[in-house]
Amino acid sequence: MPASTKIISAVDLYRTMYTIKECDDQFWTLMQSGQVVLNYYSPRGQEAVATGICAALDSTDYLVTTYRGLHDHLAKGVPLSDLWAEFLGRATGTCKGKGGPMHITHPDSGLMVTTGVVGSGLPIANGFALWSQINGDGRVTACSFGDGASNIGAFHEALNLASVWKLPVIFVCHNNLYAEHTALAAGTGVTRIADRAASYGMVGVQVDGNDPLAVRDAAAEAVARARAGEGPTLIEAVTFRFRGHQFGDPGEYIDKAEMAAARERDPLPRLRARLLDEFGASPDELTALEDEVRAAVTQAAKDALATPEPSVEELFTDVFATTAGGAA
Amino acid sequence: MTTTATRTTRASFRDGVNRALDDAMASDRRVIVFGEDVADREGGGVLTVTKGLSEKYGTSRVRSTPISEQAIVGAAVGAAIAGARPVAEIMLNNFLRVAADQLANHAAKLRYMSGGQTTVPLTVRTICGAAGGFGAQHSDILDSEFAHVAGLKIVAPATPSDAYGLLRSCIEDEDPCLFLEHLKLYFGGPKEVLADVPERIPLGSARIARAGTDVTVVTYSQTVHDALAAAKAVAADGIDVEVIDLRTIAPWDEQTVLESAARTRRIVVAHESAVPFGIGGEISSRIHEELFSQLAGPVLRVGSAHTPVPFAAALESAYLINASTIETAIRKATKA
Ligand SMILES: Cc1ncc(C[n+]2csc(CCOP(=O)(O)OP(=O)(O)O)c2C)c(N)n1
Ligand SMILES: [Mg+2]
Repeated sequence: MPASTKIISAVDLYRTMYTIKECDDQFWTLMQSGQVVLNYYSPRGQEAVATGICAALDSTDYLVTTYRGLHDHLAKGVPLSDLWAEFLGRATGTCKGKGGPMHITHPDSGLMVTTGVVGSGLPIANGFALWSQINGDGRVTACSFGDGASNIGAFHEALNLASVWKLPVIFVCHNNLYAEHTALAAGTGVTRIADRAASYGMVGVQVDGNDPLAVRDAAAEAVARARAGEGPTLIEAVTFRFRGHQFGDPGEYIDKAEMAAARERDPLPRLRARLLDEFGASPDELTALEDEVRAAVTQAAKDALATPEPSVEELFTDVFATTAGGAA
Repeated sequence: MTTTATRTTRASFRDGVNRALDDAMASDRRVIVFGEDVADREGGGVLTVTKGLSEKYGTSRVRSTPISEQAIVGAAVGAAIAGARPVAEIMLNNFLRVAADQLANHAAKLRYMSGGQTTVPLTVRTICGAAGGFGAQHSDILDSEFAHVAGLKIVAPATPSDAYGLLRSCIEDEDPCLFLEHLKLYFGGPKEVLADVPERIPLGSARIARAGTDVTVVTYSQTVHDALAAAKAVAADGIDVEVIDLRTIAPWDEQTVLESAARTRRIVVAHESAVPFGIGGEISSRIHEELFSQLAGPVLRVGSAHTPVPFAAALESAYLINASTIETAIRKATKA
């Protein structure tokens, strides 16, 4: 498989980021109105990380992500309608309503696993990369996780194994500076998570996670390294989450001044301003793009709400692929 | 066994497992093997079970790993979803608790959570059971612990040919399989002549290890041999015991067990792990639910003590289920 030949413009990046933000806003509104009840971990503020990483991946490359995964799902290309239906537990969802927001899988987009267990995606990502390495299919596997996940054993086992085997994998730490309610410094023995790569003889880079172009460039280097057989990379993308740990978390542990400063770095208005100043986009063009995205998300939400829940027979399907008597 | 043997060398349990891996790797390039010290440079496994594989198939497909159980089982999960047929070795069953998240939260559930879009056709092989004073952290059999997890298949062979045939089936199966290899079967377990092309044994099918009419003993793994010894001992007194080797613990062969139980009406379930909350409780309940009014007496359960496995030889043997504890249960069943 050749290196990525797709050309993604800064406007395309903005479209993806705006889609993520718009989905997040609409979920939020639905939850606040009580129309929808779900365990929801907002990626608002982290759009640039997912968007930049996926801009450097091909659609056949793999991504493994976490419960805070909406941005990854959309950036990797999971269709809006299927994703919305799954988030709302509908029969037409990616996983027939059996996975839910914490367990999105959509192999056609290369979105292979979404885990709700902190840190567990890293060892699994290695497995995808291992088979690509043996099979010679040229694919790269990226794996998203949080800053808190860099303190769990699975992270360390996985980085070490990936390094020893020179696996074509990219570990992407979405460092939003909090693990649940615990600030980075209170739970993590290093200030730069990228430094942890050194323990495993791996390249570690820290990047501004609010700048999708910087993230994309770092990811492109890591992808090239992986495809060349030169092994894994740890990318630490420093960012922030604006809506607390999960829906219902008032975020009282976050200092007001810290939040205000983080809002100054909000990746969306920042990229929008750059599009106007540096990339020659017009305000009308961007407004039209935003309207279009909003309409598409509104439609996906409407469609998902109108589709039925899975039939109860689905409870017992898909536990096994084959039963003792033959087929499932 | 029903296979027609044309070889004359007798295969050990180790040979059965090794040949299954060898034949699986030869016939399917998707089969890959990894675990601690499994490659030939590291000795081909602590019990030389994987000896020769890396020389034959290369160190890309047969890899020694760091001591990282979560990374080992996690790599098997990802590779399996990607299209490989990974066989991961976890040296001892106890160490699987370190990787329980990957096996129970991920391997077992990813197919279901994905709505059937992905499957996880991995096999985890692991040595289990008490023998030779390895003590409390190296001797467990985590059968009921993992049998309770929806989405896992659990296999526990007692003979070389079953080890071969069941391991081939596990590797070819679309679902995650846990393959339990009792340590005692590696040291002094029975040997058999394996056919040139040994048969695969389907998962979920039990074997009547000894046909009998008076009492049914349901068991698996190493305990099959204890049950056969007990059956021999009581035969002198005219008690004719049927021994069922389940071979697959999950899903277990209810039909074969219930048919036998309906015939003999007296049943003992015997396994090395402890009785409380164990496999025997499940089997006993199912028999009672289906055949209550036909039974001559309650289904009896025997196992090892519900304690950590002790070190001292005298304590270890007091802890362990054996032929005589099974014999006592058989005699008790006949009195009902
Ligand atoms: C193994 C495990 N322990 C605890 C939890 C509960 N939990 C869910 S998210 C979370 C915080 C993780 O923080 P981080 O890795 O920084 O990711 P973020 O939520 O900030 O994206 C915790 C403790 C869990 N899901 N898994
Ligand atoms: Mg965090």
